Amino acid sequence: MSALSTSARSRWGRLSDAARRWIDSDLARDFRSSPVALFALVVVSLYVLAASFPSLVAPHPVFDLSTLDFADAFRPPAWLEGGSWRFVLGADDQGRDVLSAIIYGLRVSLFVSVAAVALSVAIGVSLGLIAGFYGGWIDSLIMRVADVQLTFPAMLVAVLFDGLLRSAFGEQAHQRHAISIIIVAIALSGWVQYARTVRGSTLVVSRHNYVLAARMMGQPTGFILFRHILPNVATPVFVIATIQLAVAIILEATLSFVGLGVPPTQPSLGTLIRVGNGYLLSGEWWLAMFPGFALLFLVLAVNLLGDFLRDALNPSLK
Amino acid sequence: MIVYLSQRLGQTVLVLAAVSLLAFLMFRFLGDPVVAILGANSTGLQRDELRRQMGLDGPLPLQFIDYVVSMLRGDFGLSYRLGQPVLRVLAERVPATMELALVGMAIALCIGIPAGVYTALRPDGLLSRLTMAASLVGISMPSFFMGMLLIFIFSVTLGWLPSFGRGETVRLGSLWTTGLLTISGLKAILMPAITISVFQIAMIMRLVRAQMIEALRTDFVRFARARGLPGRAVNLRHALANTLVPVVTVVGLQLGSIIGFAVVTETVFQWPGLGLLFLQSVAAADIPVLSAFLVFIALVFVTINFLTDLLYVAIDPRIRLSDKGGIA
Repeated sequence: MSALSTSARSRWGRLSDAARRWIDSDLARDFRSSPVALFALVVVSLYVLAASFPSLVAPHPVFDLSTLDFADAFRPPAWLEGGSWRFVLGADDQGRDVLSAIIYGLRVSLFVSVAAVALSVAIGVSLGLIAGFYGGWIDSLIMRVADVQLTFPAMLVAVLFDGLLRSAFGEQAHQRHAISIIIVAIALSGWVQYARTVRGSTLVVSRHNYVLAARMMGQPTGFILFRHILPNVATPVFVIATIQLAVAIILEATLSFVGLGVPPTQPSLGTLIRVGNGYLLSGEWWLAMFPGFALLFLVLAVNLLGDFLRDALNPSLK
Repeated sequence: MIVYLSQRLGQTVLVLAAVSLLAFLMFRFLGDPVVAILGANSTGLQRDELRRQMGLDGPLPLQFIDYVVSMLRGDFGLSYRLGQPVLRVLAERVPATMELALVGMAIALCIGIPAGVYTALRPDGLLSRLTMAASLVGISMPSFFMGMLLIFIFSVTLGWLPSFGRGETVRLGSLWTTGLLTISGLKAILMPAITISVFQIAMIMRLVRAQMIEALRTDFVRFARARGLPGRAVNLRHALANTLVPVVTVVGLQLGSIIGFAVVTETVFQWPGLGLLFLQSVAAADIPVLSAFLVFIALVFVTINFLTDLLYVAIDPRIRLSDKGGIA
């Protein structure tokens, strides 16, 4: 009992230590002096919270078909003629609450883009480390591939990979794996940036004495790469990843919007906008506009954070 | 200079070769082209016959050479979806996309460069701050949503502009159709071109601003001021002129990315260009069109990159000098 409480206390102690270190850090001080960045951080946190616990935040369980009532279909936002406060942002063609659909859609959008950026970082950082550490033909090979890919815009690369994976899997399997496929497509369109940056810094760092010492001690190469070199080249990766997160969110929404992304059974923000786009000309604008603005504010906040982190952590990337 | 150019040309050819290999592998291994042509109900005998006719029974390297040779002759095969020669399908769509891209880029330059210069000269002015904030919105704005906003405002609410299509087009020569010579064509291109230019305006503006601020700090600009040259001449002739090299690169590269963005814009506005074709082909897994598209886009990109490099040399004599004299 007492052992349990001591370990619990020490865990809290460690947590509060970490919190205190964070509050005293340069980054936190920079945050406090920049109201815009602080605001962006709050907005992004709210988005992440809503996406993490949609059932607590969303007013309606949108995937429970029994709660839908066709009498509510196309109900306008609450402040308009015929609106109701049960559907603050209106209802869609099936009487589904638009606000709740946005919150659940946000979950899909954020999951896909965060996963894609994580995969992209993993690919790019590993290839960058390998290219920078080994040099020689493997370096040339990786960097030539990166050069070729860099001549194509990310959007085209993602669409192309999506199309390739689609025809490789066949239509049936594609439906089932749609989410994984879009994550891979976005990840493959974005790895080059990390690879280039990491390769450059790895070239420098791997000449340092402590790396040479580690090699002489006979430590395994993988250990040297990830424990000795990676921590010293990671800061710009962190900055690029934040900026790329905004790009990934836009890419996911765009792919879903043009019908290549996530299936309508798990609508993301882009899917919602795509569906709503069909009702734009007939006057039911709230179906597309609210998810659109939710998306715009999310990307804007992530971009603001990315700009801030870039200035605070690594002014040379400016 | 000649060494440099031939090196660049060599790289370009290498990229094209790699891309055509990719296109060939796509064509050959993603789905069976024979089955796609004959249909699922064909007999094994028919398939073997066609496979022999198409030369698909030979060794792979030979097939690749065949593929490249027929590609060089402009023969990309038949579209699975449309049943027409791929080259003709592509050629019909090129003018629409090119006009969209060029008009969009023109708008972006006309707004982006002055805005960048202004915000660099008056960094603390209210208008500058507003412009900077707007540029962040521009970078964050998904282009399809921009298009929908424009449609909602100018087509649905105000009813001023058409929400889809190219309007009336005029035929120039045998291949090119243009929408720029009719009133309805001009009205139709306005919203798609603005949609495509929003991101570019923000990009160009931020770039010009950053370069301009840098240039204003340099010695030759300060000396020019000290010589008593009028502010306008210093700002434009000395500072702006030196920002143009990176701007030209980015504009060159962005012209390519505009064609990428066109996929989305063309979908929103049902613009009958390459982007729409590309999406329809991806959705229908129309591999011959996709592989031809891949080669075509690669060709456009490496050409743009190559021309951009040439322009560099034309704009900035230092590159020429260092290349000849071997200073760098």
